[in-house]
Amino acid sequence: MNATETGQKSVETSPIITIRNMHKWYGEFHVLKDVNLTVNRGERIVICGPSGSGKSTLIRCINRLEEHQRGSIVVDGTELTNDLKNIEKIRTEVGMVFQHFNLFPHLTILENLTLGPIWVRKTPKKEAEQIAMYYLEKVRIAEQAKKFPGQLSGGQQQRVAIARSLCMKPNVMLFDEPTSALDPEMVKEVLDVMIQLAKDGMTMIVVSHEMGFAKSVAHRVLFMDGGEILEQNTPEEFFNHPQHDRTKLFLSQILD
Amino acid sequence: MHNTPPTKSAAVIKPPVTEVGVIGWMKANLFNGWLNTALTLLVLYLLYLIVPAFVKWAFVDSIWFGTSEQCKATDGACWSVITANIRFITFGFYPHDLQWRPLLAMIILVGLLFYSQNRNHWRKSLAYAWLLGLFTMGLLLKGGLFGLAEVESDNWGGMPLTLLLAIFGLTAAYPVGIMLALGRQSEMPVIKAFCVVYIELIRGVPLISLLFMSSVVFPLFLPEGVTLNKILRAQVAIILFTAAYIAEVVRGGLQGMNKGQYEAAKALGLNYFQTMRLIILPQALKIVIPPSVSILISAFKDTSLVVIIALYDLLKTTQSTLTDPKWMGFSAEAYIFLALVYFVCCFAMSNYSRRLEKELDTGH
Repeated sequence: MNATETGQKSVETSPIITIRNMHKWYGEFHVLKDVNLTVNRGERIVICGPSGSGKSTLIRCINRLEEHQRGSIVVDGTELTNDLKNIEKIRTEVGMVFQHFNLFPHLTILENLTLGPIWVRKTPKKEAEQIAMYYLEKVRIAEQAKKFPGQLSGGQQQRVAIARSLCMKPNVMLFDEPTSALDPEMVKEVLDVMIQLAKDGMTMIVVSHEMGFAKSVAHRVLFMDGGEILEQNTPEEFFNHPQHDRTKLFLSQILD
Repeated sequence: MHNTPPTKSAAVIKPPVTEVGVIGWMKANLFNGWLNTALTLLVLYLLYLIVPAFVKWAFVDSIWFGTSEQCKATDGACWSVITANIRFITFGFYPHDLQWRPLLAMIILVGLLFYSQNRNHWRKSLAYAWLLGLFTMGLLLKGGLFGLAEVESDNWGGMPLTLLLAIFGLTAAYPVGIMLALGRQSEMPVIKAFCVVYIELIRGVPLISLLFMSSVVFPLFLPEGVTLNKILRAQVAIILFTAAYIAEVVRGGLQGMNKGQYEAAKALGLNYFQTMRLIILPQALKIVIPPSVSILISAFKDTSLVVIIALYDLLKTTQSTLTDPKWMGFSAEAYIFLALVYFVCCFAMSNYSRRLEKELDTGH
């Protein structure tokens, strides 16, 4: 695959997420060190790096599942502070997909999808169900709407989780290793949904080791190690001419 | 007719007859080895000694509707001690002519409970039905309105009192317990400290002493002239006591929840109360159905401890009939009856909880 296949790789330069000099500690442990990152509207970023490098923590800071201690994070003009109102506003605009899906097991697929719109966006139930069915169609799983999450395969559950986030009509989608808990034969169905999402112009930040996905979809690939962003570049440059020794080592390990 | 196609011989070979059916079951469970065989025979012999004798006492030689003189003349059970005193046992000192009122109240209560069993009936209208039902039951017991003669709560007793203490105690204790459990997990130190202290204090004290305190110590703190109903005080003591235990069970359920559930709810933008009400509690409470029901059952039986503050609940009214010289000495019959009543109530509770668990199972 190459860049032209996924359509427009051009991006307007209006930042939707701006992270400046951000630091985070877990107790004494310095997880994120002076992170600077600007994400433009419609931009798709893939973050990779060895485990423990802080990549998940970074994207979890963007919707305040983790708290940063220094620096600033601004999402769509709103700065993340301790103000609960701001945090809840940002969370409604930022969708998140987890490694372990985290569907609500006591609710049907449809109820999983309508919960957010009904309770957070105050959408009428009928309308919320229409929206939900629209996105279930989109992830090609509409026929399972009445089932419970426990009755679906991992790949199906992850597609439902993506649809659940989309129902909130987010401006940005965060993906935290969306395919690493899946059986190999289910990875593709989830990646296909994500590629479709990319074609629709969604702003995406994806923590993943799916290098094929990164090559075909990402505008930028970031490499993190030890809590720092060591290198960022276009996929072509990143994979063909890695600058940093640690990047070279990492790529040689995962590509063989 | 429709012929079954011939099957391959390998498929139709049956297991040996000694491995299946009644014989197989007996061999596997009763006569599996010489030790188990010996135990089986011993148990059979003991049953032979006990069961026929009991049946003879309870059913063959027994007197169901006789006088105490007839009872004293027979070797069998004297169930008459119950049948002859059933109105006192059931209603205590409630005025004799007015006993239809608590009876009707209990019928309404049982009817509502029965109807509420089915989760498909859980609609708004049911909540109104309960409100109306509770009001009617209160009115029937207390009177004083609509031409019903007023009956002081000191005269309430027997089954209505037991049910009153139990049902209000349990339904009020559950939400209080949930709030305490959530409070104990709170990040706000004052709330957390209050809940921890409350739970540990109450759990460290026997119910009897709480009941004593409610009836003896508590009135000392009230301003002069103000009295609080004795039943109400006992009721509050039972609620406070049960809530502490419920809280710890619910906390266990909350801790068993996957962190991902909180995160997914947060990521959707749900606030704390929505997260708890819609995501966490429905799952956590489902996990703790079995231990909660254990607590509810033991709380139900513990209501009989109110005898020590001289409330005439079912246990006390039954005991009182035994102090009547006419019926002295028939305590075995009376207590067996009492045990049966409690058993039926508790068994209904545990049965219902099992059904609820099955209904709420979504296969995860």
